[in-house]
Amino acid sequence: MAETGTEVVKRGLAQMLKGGVIMDVTTADQAKMAEEAGAVAVMALERVPADIRAQGGVARMADPLRIKEIMAAVTIPVMAKVRIGHFVEAQILEALGVDFIDESEVLTPADERHHIDKRTFHVPFVCGARDLGEALRRLGEAAAMIRTKGEAGTGNVVEAVRHMRAIMDAIRTLQSLPDEELMAAAKELSAPYDLIGETRRLGRLPVVNFAAGGIATPADAALMMQLGADGVFVGSGIFKSEDPAKRARAIVDAVTHYRDPGVLARASEGLGEPMRGLDVRKLPEGELLQVRGW
Amino acid sequence: MRVGVLALQGDVAEHIAVLRADGAQTLEVRTPEELRAADALIIPGGESTTIGMLMDRYGLAEAIRARGAQGMPIFGTCAGAILLARRAGGGAPPLLGLMDIAVERNAYGRQRESFAADLTAPQISPTPLRVAFIRAPIITEVGPPVQMLGMYDGRPVLVRQGPLLAATFHPEVLGQTALHRYFLQMVDQAA
Repeated sequence: MAETGTEVVKRGLAQMLKGGVIMDVTTADQAKMAEEAGAVAVMALERVPADIRAQGGVARMADPLRIKEIMAAVTIPVMAKVRIGHFVEAQILEALGVDFIDESEVLTPADERHHIDKRTFHVPFVCGARDLGEALRRLGEAAAMIRTKGEAGTGNVVEAVRHMRAIMDAIRTLQSLPDEELMAAAKELSAPYDLIGETRRLGRLPVVNFAAGGIATPADAALMMQLGADGVFVGSGIFKSEDPAKRARAIVDAVTHYRDPGVLARASEGLGEPMRGLDVRKLPEGELLQVRGW
Repeated sequence: MRVGVLALQGDVAEHIAVLRADGAQTLEVRTPEELRAADALIIPGGESTTIGMLMDRYGLAEAIRARGAQGMPIFGTCAGAILLARRAGGGAPPLLGLMDIAVERNAYGRQRESFAADLTAPQISPTPLRVAFIRAPIITEVGPPVQMLGMYDGRPVLVRQGPLLAATFHPEVLGQTALHRYFLQMVDQAA
């Protein structure tokens, strides 16, 4: 019997995206450009994170009309963002036929205590995480994919690195623990015991894990891949740079050939100005996006 | 005997894990030089648009076409099956065109229509195989040299033409080893 919306089918789409670049786009034209550059999927948005950061106000799910235009423009999967905990925005995106939903800290949270129960949806979800406990809590709610949060809209890779290292270090630590210490680890990480055991056995997260939040150059993208990411999200980094088409293509080349410094050197040449970038340490606490959700 | 897995993008690690479980030696293929070291090739699942474009960009499309024409065994799953086809509807990337089949991309619908199902393929496995169809294509036409090895819902989903094998689904996602074992037998026969 055919079954839709199962864990295998939801996690499976994320597996097909591995080794790829998912690009934020705000128009059908940008979506086509991303597809032509070699993106494996696009994230349909009303504003890229750098603009959300600059303009302030409440950031919500994009206009369905905008999302439908982007879905009509490309054949690669289309993702879209909902506010943390806003399960009705998610119901709307599922009705539109969006391929993946990002329950994202980049938008203004709708619920400061509860994330969406992702089990009730046929469409897979990707969620942000800063450490292993947060990643496994989202998996406990049936997220089908994880991305490190980084600090979106800054063009500064330092937080993405911090979060990827935190997850990888925690997995290595788990692997060194004897069985009887797993329950204490589950308590310390505030994460489901069974998922702790599964992660230890696999030596990696049980789902695909992309890097996100501050990737602006081919070298940034390859850095995240060498640190263990399965692929990368690039948000503001492409369309806030001087030559988006060229930069998008170069980041795709860098992710495919992330262990080949010769290719990385060629991909990094003559790309024009990257996005300006922000020093995360100078951001006021209230402007940090990564602390949204838990 | 080394089986290459085209590693431009997609579920490369899943294929490598299944091949190793079947006792095969594997290598990742990202360049024409790496392809030269492979005796057979798997084109994994992924985004056919992306993989097709990158194959072209890195000179692999020409190299794979040439090796395919010389009889190198190739197994394509989902995106890989699309790329092996002669013709694809639904916004097609550049294809290898090695197999006499036509496909329609994303033919079951979008991701919410993706599914897992039991597949009957008596020449591959005596019992039904549980496999995943993820934004899968449909094979709409098969030419005379093409054998239909597996059917689902009245349509061919697993086809063979000499040393070329194409599946519109993913045996690797559920860790099914039977199809890879069958492919490895094809590789042995070709050697």
